[in-house]
Amino acid sequence: MADHIVRAFDVDLEALSRGVAELGGLAESMTARAIEALVRQSPAMANEVIALDTKLDALQQELEEKAVLTIARRQPMAVDLRAVIAAIRVTHDLERIGDLAKNICKRVLAITGLVQAPKLVKGVEHLSQLVLTQLKDVLDAYVERNSEKALAVWEHDENIDALYTSLFRELLTYMMEDPRNIGVCAHLLFCAKNIERMGYHATNVAENVYYLVTGGKLLAERVKADMTSLEKPMSAK
Amino acid sequence: MVAATQQETQVPTARRWRGNAAVGALAATLLITGVLALSGAPFLLPALVGAIVIAVAALARPRAQRQMAAEMTLSQENVRAGIQAIVSGFADPVVVLDAQGNVTMFNAQAKAALPQLGIGRPLSFAVRSPEVVSAVERVLREGAVAETEFHEKVPVERSFEVRATPVRFDAAPAGATSSAIEIVMLFRDVTAARRLERMRVDFVANASHELRTPLASLYGFIETIEGPAKNDPAAQARFLAIMREQARRMSRLIDDLLSLSRIELKEHVHPTEDVRLDSVLSEVVDTLTPLALECRTKIVLEGANRVLVTGDRDELIRVFENLIENAVKYGQSGGRVDVALVDGERAASVTVRDYGPGIAPEHLPRLTERFYRVDVAESRQKGGTGLGLALVKHILNRHKARLLVRSELGAGASFEVVFPKPQGGESPGA
Ligand SMILES: Nc1ncnc2c1ncn2[C@@H]1O[C@H](COP(=O)(O)OP(=O)(O)OP(=O)(O)O)[C@@H](O)[C@H]1O
Ligand SMILES: [Mg+2]
Repeated sequence: MADHIVRAFDVDLEALSRGVAELGGLAESMTARAIEALVRQSPAMANEVIALDTKLDALQQELEEKAVLTIARRQPMAVDLRAVIAAIRVTHDLERIGDLAKNICKRVLAITGLVQAPKLVKGVEHLSQLVLTQLKDVLDAYVERNSEKALAVWEHDENIDALYTSLFRELLTYMMEDPRNIGVCAHLLFCAKNIERMGYHATNVAENVYYLVTGGKLLAERVKADMTSLEKPMSAK
Repeated sequence: MVAATQQETQVPTARRWRGNAAVGALAATLLITGVLALSGAPFLLPALVGAIVIAVAALARPRAQRQMAAEMTLSQENVRAGIQAIVSGFADPVVVLDAQGNVTMFNAQAKAALPQLGIGRPLSFAVRSPEVVSAVERVLREGAVAETEFHEKVPVERSFEVRATPVRFDAAPAGATSSAIEIVMLFRDVTAARRLERMRVDFVANASHELRTPLASLYGFIETIEGPAKNDPAAQARFLAIMREQARRMSRLIDDLLSLSRIELKEHVHPTEDVRLDSVLSEVVDTLTPLALECRTKIVLEGANRVLVTGDRDELIRVFENLIENAVKYGQSGGRVDVALVDGERAASVTVRDYGPGIAPEHLPRLTERFYRVDVAESRQKGGTGLGLALVKHILNRHKARLLVRSELGAGASFEVVFPKPQGGESPGA
């Protein structure tokens, strides 16, 4: 009898993990497609991603309710409780990532046809590749319950910061070179910022995977390589 | 090979049921499936599995009425063993799911393509793509075949066509409740085809964009020679020399773009030869010695004698040619380039270090982007296209090797290539 209850609980937990993985897959796919829409300057693709955001939100809500119900019904303890808590937190970060992908797509709609040189979006694409790798690795870490992999994602965030800083300067240079670039580059700066934020949410997920597996926290103050906010923008040459 | 294995698993069953003609038919079907699988008829499997299931059901039903329950279970096990044999004999990734979407069988190809696969675990732990998730849902809901395609962007781009077919494997005895639905998932790697499409688009876009500037300047010189410089042989000679240089650059650009596309096409296939890194390096240093002399720079090669890595020799030559050529070209003010080969327990590494002007930190993360140049004018004047390090990155990706760049302004630059050795668990990168 007790066995039966335990089994039902496992089923609940597994359904939750599966839901988180699927939500993650949706966030990954939205991000990849948002960047593709930007690089290929495709409003159709951008609109598709914008439409997907509603689905992501609904899925996130559903998962959160499921998690709350699990706590209420089964009153889990220790690692099981951590699994439910981590699932709730992770879905929040994934939902934010989807939001950011949607924001990028709205900007794609605004600049379609105005991006004159492919070099303008190349850096943004590069940045997105780093973030997509982080996102893939951290979701793999989640399904594998692999704290080392999560830790690696958490540490790699610095690369994203460095690239973001470099991109920021480059886009400013283009804006100063030719005032006609200003509109497009401003949108691209926001896209880059959105992508950088996705990286931040990926590291949040990493913290929660680490917590779920070990019960510990990755809280030591992070060394930030992002220098854009410390400097007056115009001093970038 | 594979067909033979299936025949073996079939033998004990056949012996027990000797004399039953249907068994022969079943064995034949299994064999044909194996052969077809080998000959690459991709989507025939579900149909054939269906046929086998029907045959098995026909076989098992009358027997079940006569035999004990234990016998029945045994024959079902045989059926599953036969299906497992087909699944493992298939050349493409195959995964079988139960009605909850949990994995019940898969073959080695599937595990290689989707490393997170595990028996009893949800498929979405291994494939998170929303396309695949909803295809599985659709099959379970509608009981009909669903087809889809999914793409992965990182770490290397891959695309798969997926076909999900509902089947009922176990032969339920007459009167028993009908067995649960299961799903056979067939994956077909279409990366090469998708890449080829992409490559055409990218090549045209890049080539037309990058060739526009040198072409415009060629036209300019031609007009000058025809017009203002019509009667000035000295100016003409000077312009022609510049034009030759431009034309040479354009053809190099096309060559580099082509090599880049070729590497990208096979980036998802890992090389398998054994290559001696030391001999690669000494060959590269030999070819670059004339350039080094011209730049008054000395290349110093030091390190372990014999170092083997898994790779593609020609591609590795291109990697080190690019790195050492850059060090000589951009770091010539340092007068010296060190190439160090180190063989360690966990990895072999090659470091190319120069003592030139170095690279400012904001450029470091960007160097491997196509056409990215720190100083466009300097690079162009040195005949660079800005594709060298992009090529290096793609080749190293294919080799699962890493490129680490360290530099400070005024203190030279070092480019380190690390080839991890395949022993033990994966270690997170630095
Ligand atoms: N050792 C180095 N020291 C300083 N700058 C470097 C060094 N290596 C590369 N760079 C910078 O990185 C840029 C990109 O290098 P990359 O090899 O990709 O292109 P390239 O040398 O300009 O062209 P190509 O290799 O196609 O001839 C160069 O233009 C140069 O500005
Ligand atoms: Mg070069």
